[in-house]
Amino acid sequence: MLDVKKIKRDFPILNHYIDGKPLVYLDNAATTQKPKVVIDAISNFYENYNANIHRGIHTLSQKATIAYEETRLNVQKFINAKSYQEIIFTRNTTESINLVAYSWARHNLKAGDEILLSQMEHHANLIPWYELAKEKQITLKYIPLTNDFRLDLSNIDNLLTPQTKLVSLTLMSNVLGTINDLTSIIQKAHALGALVLIDAAQAIAHMPIDVQKLNCDFLAFSFHKILGPTGVGVLWGRQKLLTDMPPFLTGGNMIASVYTDRATFNELPYKFEAGTPDIANVIASNEALNYLNAIGYADIMAHEKCLTAYALDILVKQENIILYGPNNTINRGSVISFNLNQIHPHDLGQVINDSGIAVRAGHHCCQPLMRQFNITGTIRASLYIYNDEADIDILAKTLQSAYKVMGHVVTR
Amino acid sequence: MSLQDELYKETILDHYHCPRNHGVISGATLKQEGTNPLCGDELTLYIKLNNDTIEDIKIEAKGCSISMASSSMMTEAIIGQKIKNAQIIAHNFKDMMLNKGNDYVFNETNEDLNSLNGVKKYPVRIKCALLAWNTLLQSLEKDEAKAQGE
Repeated sequence: MLDVKKIKRDFPILNHYIDGKPLVYLDNAATTQKPKVVIDAISNFYENYNANIHRGIHTLSQKATIAYEETRLNVQKFINAKSYQEIIFTRNTTESINLVAYSWARHNLKAGDEILLSQMEHHANLIPWYELAKEKQITLKYIPLTNDFRLDLSNIDNLLTPQTKLVSLTLMSNVLGTINDLTSIIQKAHALGALVLIDAAQAIAHMPIDVQKLNCDFLAFSFHKILGPTGVGVLWGRQKLLTDMPPFLTGGNMIASVYTDRATFNELPYKFEAGTPDIANVIASNEALNYLNAIGYADIMAHEKCLTAYALDILVKQENIILYGPNNTINRGSVISFNLNQIHPHDLGQVINDSGIAVRAGHHCCQPLMRQFNITGTIRASLYIYNDEADIDILAKTLQSAYKVMGHVVTR
Repeated sequence: MSLQDELYKETILDHYHCPRNHGVISGATLKQEGTNPLCGDELTLYIKLNNDTIEDIKIEAKGCSISMASSSMMTEAIIGQKIKNAQIIAHNFKDMMLNKGNDYVFNETNEDLNSLNGVKKYPVRIKCALLAWNTLLQSLEKDEAKAQGE
């Protein structure tokens, strides 16, 4: 089991007080907090070896380049990619998905083709496809949800057609907490010649990812959801696909030879890393990986399962609570969305904040999903390695005061 | 005073739970919809004009306590007012909400509006308080533009 008390000490921000109350951070699905080793790595870079990478001959540049590439090698191991050349650094998951939309999809899809998405996708995995669909007359289709907030695969054989060229799905919902078993969809998609992109922005924090075992074609995630800094995303793609794809952004670093009228492009992965990247944060991301690896996903998952079970158990007992997500911990991560009947999520979020608790209130970048539930938003409590049962107890106690604060007469 | 005491004052909660002038005016002179798409606050404003006087106003609204309370208070503040006056009240309210240094205080007639002053401390909620007022100004501007066109 995790030593949560010890872990908490590694995160300086968790010592903070919000209006006199100790911070309870339950907004990990939005972004996780950073351990001191990650924060230190950023200042260490700027204080001791700040330089641009991949060009200078001088010592600092070489040191920076080695550290930057070290992160790439560690990411390769982290997701079990075949080659470091398949690891592309972007700004975030959104940019990674856009890279596939602009580079691969715009050059390989034509009018009449279909993209299969699901009704639990984040805007990051919707809007790039909306734009493409408008431009190229491509049809978007959606896997619906079951009543227990999981992908409804009963009609999958009709949703997938010979026209399906891409299936782009989240591995874990950032609202419902649902973890999707994509094995059969990926098999079926491949049998029809379609590619599969996995949005692992949420999943990456909660389960080990092995791209070869998943057998997907692209996978996107961001470091800030796994204790790393903001500004660093990853796109993994099969080397063959990436090699055949045209560059996304163009300019410095992504070229081999430049003439007055033309250029040849750099090899992978640099072809997709135009301009000076976020060097300090890529280097610090390595510390986040080391930190997670030292704890290990087996313990992280066991901790989250216990804590999620505890939270679900306490939350379902709250009066007038409406949960949006599976009510058990099977194939479910530690992201829990709910509302209290008759209280607007923004009002409830404010009341919760008053207890020093940070939760997200709103649509969580999933407006189509909210519309489906006919709500404007939810409260989302998302738990991570530094949360414990006491945090859930404080949340529950606050919920019990909400109707009183909001002036409701509670009828029983 | 704790945060929630300041934000969820009795006056605000009273307007939230019992919004004044809630509903529809059939045959309204002006009808205007307003939304804050990000938080899902929605309202439809109905105004019945008698020359340049706001003879009646009703709002159908759905949203958080702040947006509901602010729209309710607005209807009370501008019902029976000349258009020009209503616009002045609306601008004074917006000034109060948007300018940090502005300590505008409404007089006794509209004193409920002062209760919303505390919302200023929560930047993300200011737009909730402004929705009805922006919708009102928009609707009156449209009416003016129409009148000038005639």
